[in-house]
Amino acid sequence: MNAVEMKGLTKYYGKSRGIVELNLEVPEGEFFGFIGPNGAGKSTTIRTLLGLIKSSGGSAGIFGKDIAAEKNSILAEVGYMPSEAVFYPGMRVREVIRLSSGLRKVDCTREAEQLCSRLELDISKKVDELSFGNRKKVSIVCALQHHPRLCILDEPTSGLDPLMQREFFEILKERNAEGATIFLSSHVLSEIQRNCTRAAIIREGKLIACDSVEALSRTSARRVHVQGELSLHGLKEVRDLQQTGSGISFLYGGDIQTLLQVLAGHDITDLTISEPDLEEIFLHYYLNTGEERRDSDRTDSKENNGNGGEGK
Amino acid sequence: MIMIRHELKQNRISLAAWTAAVGFLLVICILIFPEMKEEMDGVSDMFASMGSFTEAFGMDKISFGTLTGFYAVECGNILGLGGAFFAALCGVSVLAKEEKEHTAEFLLTHPVSRVRIVTQKLIAAELQVFILNAVIYAASIGSIALIGEEIPWKALSLLHLAYLLLQIEIAAVCFGISAFLRHGNIGIGLGAAAILYFLNLIANITDSAEFLRYITPFGYAEGSDIVTDLSLEWGLIGLGLAYGAAGIAAAYVKYCRKDIA
Repeated sequence: MNAVEMKGLTKYYGKSRGIVELNLEVPEGEFFGFIGPNGAGKSTTIRTLLGLIKSSGGSAGIFGKDIAAEKNSILAEVGYMPSEAVFYPGMRVREVIRLSSGLRKVDCTREAEQLCSRLELDISKKVDELSFGNRKKVSIVCALQHHPRLCILDEPTSGLDPLMQREFFEILKERNAEGATIFLSSHVLSEIQRNCTRAAIIREGKLIACDSVEALSRTSARRVHVQGELSLHGLKEVRDLQQTGSGISFLYGGDIQTLLQVLAGHDITDLTISEPDLEEIFLHYYLNTGEERRDSDRTDSKENNGNGGEGK
Repeated sequence: MIMIRHELKQNRISLAAWTAAVGFLLVICILIFPEMKEEMDGVSDMFASMGSFTEAFGMDKISFGTLTGFYAVECGNILGLGGAFFAALCGVSVLAKEEKEHTAEFLLTHPVSRVRIVTQKLIAAELQVFILNAVIYAASIGSIALIGEEIPWKALSLLHLAYLLLQIEIAAVCFGISAFLRHGNIGIGLGAAAILYFLNLIANITDSAEFLRYITPFGYAEGSDIVTDLSLEWGLIGLGLAYGAAGIAAAYVKYCRKDIA
């Protein structure tokens, strides 16, 4: 069963674009990453999935149920952590956590205690007095205390210190191992690369790639570091060109034979060709100006790697 | 029930402050009545001869020398205006504050239907109006007993019932407005209450503005009429409650379909 399913999901705010015809399937039990910069449509997608906003077209479902028709039974199985952790003023942490479980009509006392202990959260404090990171911890407890089948997390680690981030992902991995689906929206690509099995990239409201993280990382583009004197004249598909001391570094998406021929004609002292990390892949998708280029690179990636990942 | 408890807890300080403020002014008015009564013969003549001002506040129909007359104008205005402001505040903020304070995302991602949220928030807002009025009614009776005056049960109860209905209507209309607001705007509620109050004053001054009594709830909560006739204008009350029902219906329709920012 798919934990999340979108078919032609579209949202316009008046004439402004939100998301355009998103098609995405996230099978139950997956640790899924949703990548995109601010304004790409990540939050609109999540808000539509949760029924906070109504779609302009298409459909969205969770565990096979339509969000428009069965919102309450869907939300009973979802734990949501918003990017902004805002709570009612004047309340103490324990009251917020109790309110959340009360709204769900479930007793989560033991689980809440364990989560608070692991996250080192003082439940006697007032939420107004908490730092952003500590408010995020309250948000984590509210999202996870009822053992949801699907966790939707929007930029969850902003404000958390590295140790807490590690503990948080430990908890998520445990939940994932128990069968929960994790839908992680983030622009911290390293955490997507470390934790997710599959990821989708959204750009200007449209899904531009969806594949296993491994396959996305194995694009045909390569990061090339060259020390020495050279000109890149004759090389196409060069992006993200940077000066690095006595050399240069760039992303190269063209034919490797051509690259070697051009480099052979110059006085170079050192050469490194490596696979770019996901951050660079992300830039590759975002800085690429031509739709055709992007499409051809994705095709190259699949053909070259033969990984069988399902691009969307 | 959890949302009702939550709302009452969130607003307990505001409720206590408004109840104390309106109640304090009302009690002070009652406590100074014995002293005022002795000087009222001259004062009543003066109040009865101030032209439009006299008519605006209904002072041409009652005597300031009697407790009911004094209470209807002085205490009526305090409770009418103070209660209306409080009711407007409760109604106009109860839905809109979730978006204004960015707590809507927390609330609406729990398995609670929007119909249930609207219902419980409406009950919470109206319950606060009831609590304020119950406390003030009790304080009023206690104060009258304290100054040794006979308690005019019927006049007093009808007056307080009229003001309670007025506040219920204003809270319900503002509740409807609240569903349309994104950033919360207390000023709209307080402004609406003030306008309704002044519409009634205009209706009292000139016959050509009599129709305004069909718009403002202060039309059926006219203290001087109530203590004189010892009855309420149920036709106007029915119309007022219909306005309130329209406000509530608008709130359900709008909030249940609204995109939450």
